[in-house]
Amino acid sequence: MNKIVSKEYFSANVVKLEVEAPLIARSRKAGHFVIVKIGKNGERIPLTIAGADLGKGTITLVIQAVGGSSKKICALNVGDEITDLVGPLGQATHIEKTGTVVCAGGGVGVAPLMPIVEAFHKAGNRVIVVLAARTKELVILEEQMRVNSDEVIIMTDDGSYGTKGLVTDGVESIINRERVDLCVTIGPAIMMKFVSALTKKYDIPTVASLNTIMVDGTGMCGACRITVGGKTKFVCVDGPEFDAHQVDFDEMLMRLSAYKDIEKK
Amino acid sequence: MTIEEQLTIRRTEPWREELRKSIKAKDRSTIERVHMNELDAEYRSHCNKEVNKGLTPQQARKEAQRCLDCAKPTCMEGCPVNINIPTFIKHIEAGEFLGAAKVLKETSALPAVCGRVCPQEKQCEAQCIHLKMKKEPVAIGYLERFAADYERESGHISIPETAQPNGIKIAVVGSGPAGLSFAGDMAKSGYDITVFEALHEIGGVLKYGIPEFRLPNEIVDVEIGILRKMGVNFLTNCIVGKTITYEDLHNDGFKGIFVASGAGLPNFMNIPGENLVGVMSSNEYLTRVNLMNAGHPESDTPVLIGKKVAVIGGGNTAMDSVRTARRLGAERSMIVYRRSEEEMPARIEEVKHAKEEGIEILTLHNPIEYIGDEQGRVKQMRLQKMALGEPDASGRCRPVAIEGAIETIDVDEVIVSIGVSPNPLIPSTFQGLKVSKWGTIIVNESTMQSALGDIYAGGDIVRGGATVILAMGDGRRAAAAMHEHLMIINHP
Repeated sequence: MNKIVSKEYFSANVVKLEVEAPLIARSRKAGHFVIVKIGKNGERIPLTIAGADLGKGTITLVIQAVGGSSKKICALNVGDEITDLVGPLGQATHIEKTGTVVCAGGGVGVAPLMPIVEAFHKAGNRVIVVLAARTKELVILEEQMRVNSDEVIIMTDDGSYGTKGLVTDGVESIINRERVDLCVTIGPAIMMKFVSALTKKYDIPTVASLNTIMVDGTGMCGACRITVGGKTKFVCVDGPEFDAHQVDFDEMLMRLSAYKDIEKK
Repeated sequence: MTIEEQLTIRRTEPWREELRKSIKAKDRSTIERVHMNELDAEYRSHCNKEVNKGLTPQQARKEAQRCLDCAKPTCMEGCPVNINIPTFIKHIEAGEFLGAAKVLKETSALPAVCGRVCPQEKQCEAQCIHLKMKKEPVAIGYLERFAADYERESGHISIPETAQPNGIKIAVVGSGPAGLSFAGDMAKSGYDITVFEALHEIGGVLKYGIPEFRLPNEIVDVEIGILRKMGVNFLTNCIVGKTITYEDLHNDGFKGIFVASGAGLPNFMNIPGENLVGVMSSNEYLTRVNLMNAGHPESDTPVLIGKKVAVIGGGNTAMDSVRTARRLGAERSMIVYRRSEEEMPARIEEVKHAKEEGIEILTLHNPIEYIGDEQGRVKQMRLQKMALGEPDASGRCRPVAIEGAIETIDVDEVIVSIGVSPNPLIPSTFQGLKVSKWGTIIVNESTMQSALGDIYAGGDIVRGGATVILAMGDGRRAAAAMHEHLMIINHP
């Protein structure tokens, strides 16, 4: 069960795993996530699905080794099994033909953006992808993005590849030159906060896929709650995608740091 | 044969007639009710060991003598799973402890669980004849636990008989008390049962909710093991409605589905500061500690260890949470409840145990705001003092705010335990189910059948929040009704 059939390093800390999960591969849609747990004493952590292969019965996960649990997952090799894997969870992305869609991804958030780019492109939209990373080595999935979109703009913090600047600079350059009907953003919470602030200024509908702390992931514990439009929402069952302009990102950032002190110990 | 006739036949067996006559009813009534053996309060409030230690065989037999073996056992009317109470108690009196356990298993899939967590004082024991004579009721719950524990520890665990397999596949959604009870009864009737569980462990609320010090997981696992031996299949990490659909179950040949998907999203009060770090639901807190083993060095799951912990609510889950906080090292752990102690829904035993362990009970207080520090961590709560007014729809006195009476208390962790709404997954993915405005699945109360003919439901997904034993009763009723329905279809 849940056997890893391939492993690829996108960079020293970012790993792509293809995992045998035929039932999830069959039922998942763009935007869905899974919960994984490694070992008997492992933690349950959410990961957005980055793709699936129906023929092989596999799903793709892209993980950045940041905390104890993500390091454990990244250390798994081909032939190893993920102890517990459950999904697909959450609401799928609402895909429709709307015109021009800008998809802005940062860091490892580019991976779950992939199926969304693919789906919007297939639905007949003009899709422009902005890929942002600190430096050239951390730019991932560029080729696949090019195949599935109309244009890819690369932004790096240090200017080692593409244009020097932040993801918001890339998005704003598009807004300045043409009409944008929808923006989708996935990445670190702080990045999504700034993308959201930018598109709000231009009144462009924006969807953010949020990655909060979860325990069960099935609508039971409430650890993932956030405030959207002044109301408490649960990322695991109401999300993970929300109207970015309504999300209280400052509160979300604060809640994401809940266990920072414990993690450090 | 009616249930009354069955009862009479068992009651008039020669051994039982003789046993009944061996002690006069009057003498039976003068025996004092047994006291549960418990761990020392100070010792237990720093460890996770089970608080109640059970009865010794001598204590159990003596307590069993108190039972008058009534011709019309009213206690049974108080039991949602219709345990043949006098019969199992008389087996204990006769020293036939394994026989007593067998009687329990005729109608209950989880006797060692029920003997620990059922509110017997509101059910079977509330109907005991002794109460009519102004005496304490027979300790039916303690005796149930004794028989189940004796059997488990004896190594001679009996597996209930199952009918010849009939090859009919039945799916159960959720492996909590309702699902397990249903699975046990249907397995006895010869069905091919598969239980689908969303989490990585079997047992539902028995595992993620009820703490080790009240219900050790090992005991739950033994009872699940018996169901496995009866042929019940369990599949973890599978969410019906997500991983597999209603249609998939049909295509795989399942002829009936029992939905027991349990509790869902925790309720919050929607007051300022409720999303601060350090404020969480009891579901989250207890799941981290009980299911994920947080707090143990070998577990990867973290949990906030509060020094000043407030638990909001007065139910069993609130008591479980506050007692857990104490065990994790809280110096001050308190219940904050808006009515008085009399209205608390928690079991009296839990409140008693909590107090013995140094839990403060702050009644007639209601939180109105949580205040955070510069990092967004809760540091204080503002409490509105309340007074009791007229009784409300539930019959309990309505708490009324005393204007201007507000106090501020320092806290570094708040656990909100004011109930849950039903799990939204099944109602939102099964087209055609009738769902109430609270999100519960609407069923026929006697058959537990839903608007979709092959789907039955029970437990919290129907009741919105109840007890283990009521959930188990639902499972039994659904099993009986589904069995009857399928037999009519297959043998018209």
